[in-house]
Amino acid sequence: MARRYDSRTTIFSPEGRLYQIEYAMEAISHAGTVLGVLAKDGIVLAAEKKVTGKLLDLSGAREGGYGGSGEKIFLLNSNVIGGVAGITADANSLVNYARSAAQRHLFLYNEDIPVELLAQRLCDLKQGYTQYGGLRPFGVSLLYAGYDPHYQFQLYHSDPSGNYSGWKATSIGANNGTAQSLLKQEYKDDIGIDDAIDLVLRVMSKTMDSTTLGSEKLEFATLTLDPATQKPKAKIYRPAEVDALLQKQGLGKKDEDAEMKTS
Amino acid sequence: MDVSFAITGKGYVILAADTTAAHSILKVKLDEDKIKELSPHLAMAYSGEPGDTVQFAEYVERNIRLYQIRNLYPLRPASAASWIRRSLADSLRSRKPYSVNLLLGGYDTNTHTPHLYWMDYLGTLTEVPFGAHGYGSYFALSLLDRYHDPEAPLEEGLAVLRRCIDEVAKRLIVAQPKYKVKVIDKDGVREIEF
Repeated sequence: MARRYDSRTTIFSPEGRLYQIEYAMEAISHAGTVLGVLAKDGIVLAAEKKVTGKLLDLSGAREGGYGGSGEKIFLLNSNVIGGVAGITADANSLVNYARSAAQRHLFLYNEDIPVELLAQRLCDLKQGYTQYGGLRPFGVSLLYAGYDPHYQFQLYHSDPSGNYSGWKATSIGANNGTAQSLLKQEYKDDIGIDDAIDLVLRVMSKTMDSTTLGSEKLEFATLTLDPATQKPKAKIYRPAEVDALLQKQGLGKKDEDAEMKTS
Repeated sequence: MDVSFAITGKGYVILAADTTAAHSILKVKLDEDKIKELSPHLAMAYSGEPGDTVQFAEYVERNIRLYQIRNLYPLRPASAASWIRRSLADSLRSRKPYSVNLLLGGYDTNTHTPHLYWMDYLGTLTEVPFGAHGYGSYFALSLLDRYHDPEAPLEEGLAVLRRCIDEVAKRLIVAQPKYKVKVIDKDGVREIEF
């Protein structure tokens, strides 16, 4: 009878726990790592892709839409990028919801949705699945990297229970403990965007299984202010750009692997 | 017969509205406040159908307050203007539209800039350096074309407002005796004895 309280999402166990929520969080800790670092002049997101293999058709990702056509990093609104860890199908549904919520705010108020508000919208939805019966919670954690005029650059994390919190640097998915302790050691309060990119890539290379990083395993994005317009500018790197960046940082593959490069 | 003016200047917006409450050809009240303070840095002068005006202003006031309570920070002037415009546009297409014209003045505490929005009951929204509603607008707009200075300090802004009010008093047959004047700047909304 140990499983009596497992099958219902909305029933407390005698110890006062909601097992399905905890299982959802467990599912996320097996997903690919997603890393976010807040800098004073921007934010960096990086994510580890799990679904790879040379038979997988990546032509869509190679061309890359502005919204990113990868597996884990998405443009949620012109001022927010999201990184997801967990069940990809659930994540797609949440990304769609977030985009609608952002457009609804734009329609009502003629401004980009404040980042915290967008996180709240998704958390309200996620919380509903911890309370209404018969349904499974979303098996997804998200990182929101965004900009708004109220608090400038911001990084938020939300989990399947509908909790959210703001961070200077954090990580979700596999090895998030290792990543977070590395970030805690290396993060400095006045870090710039270039140092943040460097930090993210170094932490990523340590937490991922493979010895060399490459665009087939890594997604990468930044959010900065356009120097001309002072409007937020999201850049989700294309595979060729990821490889170029890794080469520049000295973390890429050696030249004999050049034929594997997508560029 | 409502008359309202608004002027922006260096770091402030002035809103002015007459204080007459009229019923048919009678004046029933001479100290009616037709400028609603919506949030610490946002105020709105309203005119139009009596009843509609107060109802709509209170509806806006409470919704803006609700947004502030829910989201920890108030709506910025541009966003508030868009929301109010949408409310009027939706109302216009309902069975009984509100017949309300507005001048919305606000100070954006993020960018430290004053903003003034002109709105009418048809859902027209424009950001303007100065604006007016009612019969007063026929006199004031030409005056403001000549005398308005976006860089003027508050004293000069109030002097230009005084010109507008005097001109209306001089030329309009149904001139308004008294005005309420409110200023919105970095310190918030405050009333000025005029």
